[in-house]
Amino acid sequence: MDNIVAILKNIRPEFDYAGVDDFFARGMLDSFDLTVLVSSLEERFGISVDGVDIVPENFRSTEAIASLLRKYGATT
Amino acid sequence: MQINVLEYFVKTAERWPSKVAVADAQREWSFEYLSRRAEAIARQIVTLSNATNQPIAVYLPKTNEAIASILGVLFSGNCYAPLDVRAPVSRTQTILGQLEPILILTTRELGAQLQSECSDPLRFLILDDVQNNEGVIPDRWQQSIDTDPAYIIHTSGSTGKPKGVVITHRGVIDYIEWARDTFKIDEHCVIGNQAPLIFDNSTLDLYLCFACGATLHLTPEELFLFPVRLLEYLAEKSINFIFWVPSIMVAVADKSVLERVKDLRLEKILFAGEVMPAKHLNAWRARFPNSLFANLYGPTEITVDCSYYIVDRDLGDDEPVPIGRACRNSDILILNERNEACQVGERGELCVRGSSLAAGYWNQPAQTAAAFVQNPLNPHYPELIYRTGDLVFTNEKGEIIYVGRKDFQIKHMGYRIELGDIEHFALQVPGIRNSCVLYHMGKKEIVLVYEADANIDPGFIRTELGRNLPKYMWPTVFRFRPELPRTPNGKIDRQQLTTEYGK
Repeated sequence: MDNIVAILKNIRPEFDYAGVDDFFARGMLDSFDLTVLVSSLEERFGISVDGVDIVPENFRSTEAIASLLRKYGATT
Repeated sequence: MQINVLEYFVKTAERWPSKVAVADAQREWSFEYLSRRAEAIARQIVTLSNATNQPIAVYLPKTNEAIASILGVLFSGNCYAPLDVRAPVSRTQTILGQLEPILILTTRELGAQLQSECSDPLRFLILDDVQNNEGVIPDRWQQSIDTDPAYIIHTSGSTGKPKGVVITHRGVIDYIEWARDTFKIDEHCVIGNQAPLIFDNSTLDLYLCFACGATLHLTPEELFLFPVRLLEYLAEKSINFIFWVPSIMVAVADKSVLERVKDLRLEKILFAGEVMPAKHLNAWRARFPNSLFANLYGPTEITVDCSYYIVDRDLGDDEPVPIGRACRNSDILILNERNEACQVGERGELCVRGSSLAAGYWNQPAQTAAAFVQNPLNPHYPELIYRTGDLVFTNEKGEIIYVGRKDFQIKHMGYRIELGDIEHFALQVPGIRNSCVLYHMGKKEIVLVYEADANIDPGFIRTELGRNLPKYMWPTVFRFRPELPRTPNGKIDRQQLTTEYGK
């Protein structure tokens, strides 16, 4: 989980992502951030995220991102 | 004879008053309502200023109100300059300083925010205060001629100063007449807009709505984050026409995504703004075998597009998608380094002549003179061409193929960016002594290589750059070097760094 928070923090240093329920509703991630986030996750965990998985439910919180990563067999 | 772009809108609003003209996330406006709103805004403008042919900034998010403001400015006999509400204030200030708009159209909230960060008083027209009262229909625009400016769009400049491209009524009419005929657009067209108003691709969407009575859906921007949601929106709104940037097309071009959503009615799929990879185009074509696909090409300075290729054959996944042939009433010259016309297969710079040429860069005579020059193939009388800086060649079929740039301009997510613009501001980040910004075409990454005493936290660099640069210009990859490689004459060795980090 700390990994994910660190990745997010690199993208938007002004926010504290830990424990937030919905990044999009709170304006903490936008289209440019999401693009960077997906490629950072792919690079860091050696996975390739499918287009159909790019839905808000999979990126709105650190828990959501962690469960997406689990689905791809990555260990966080 | 049509002189002013507003003639399109006035005729359409008379013909289909109750048809939906424009819809944003909140509301749908008919042509009649849009027209009433635009006239009300124009009445306010003319009571505040007697000027004509002067820029009026439109500082609004992409909403119905922004479209009404654009029309209102035109009704007042002036030209509109859309500004990015999400750009850092310092950049907006640079643009405003250069543009000297007679007014800024905005909301109370956005206006107050902008003013609070600017020391000089700005002249606003606050749209919250504009009532849709009945009144005289503003007619100042009817005195205009077709070489008068219709809009000014800003593009990145290589020294950290954006350039305001002045587009004439004649240029827009020339472009829209071509597009309407070529793609057979009529009132049944339902447009799913993607381009922000600060990006001139939006000109096609807006004016096909104004000229043909097409319905314009201002697709909520957050949908472009999520491919499946985006397609669901297209289905829900019965959208049959899109003109998008390849980056977005690529993001959606996943077989499982494209097939997930049923009931898509896309008939015409146009794209422009950057190179479209054939592989992704092929995925789209497989999903929409009966739809028309067209690759459009052109810099802002020649009114959106000057060439097009309607996909008419199977292209291999690695083949380049041609940018095709010149649009009707535009002429393309491909000139080699000796300023001679290139032969088939010979690389040269793409140059354009025609009614579509911009009038120049607003308040920037030197940059104007450098880019808009005498046609070297015509020594007989004054005739300007625009030098795009794009390198191309013509294949045996007579199609133009894009090769790359002569300089350090890139296209990222459809946005035109001068790498020098980013380097200029990277040097202002505390700790950075030298910088070189590269673009990795394959990964679509903006790579900042910087020289400093020690590695700097990327988050810090992003925050610092964010003071001056809009988000689409922020580097996505950061590489620290204690020293940047140099060429024998002491310049930063771009070649060397490109080999290491970019392609």
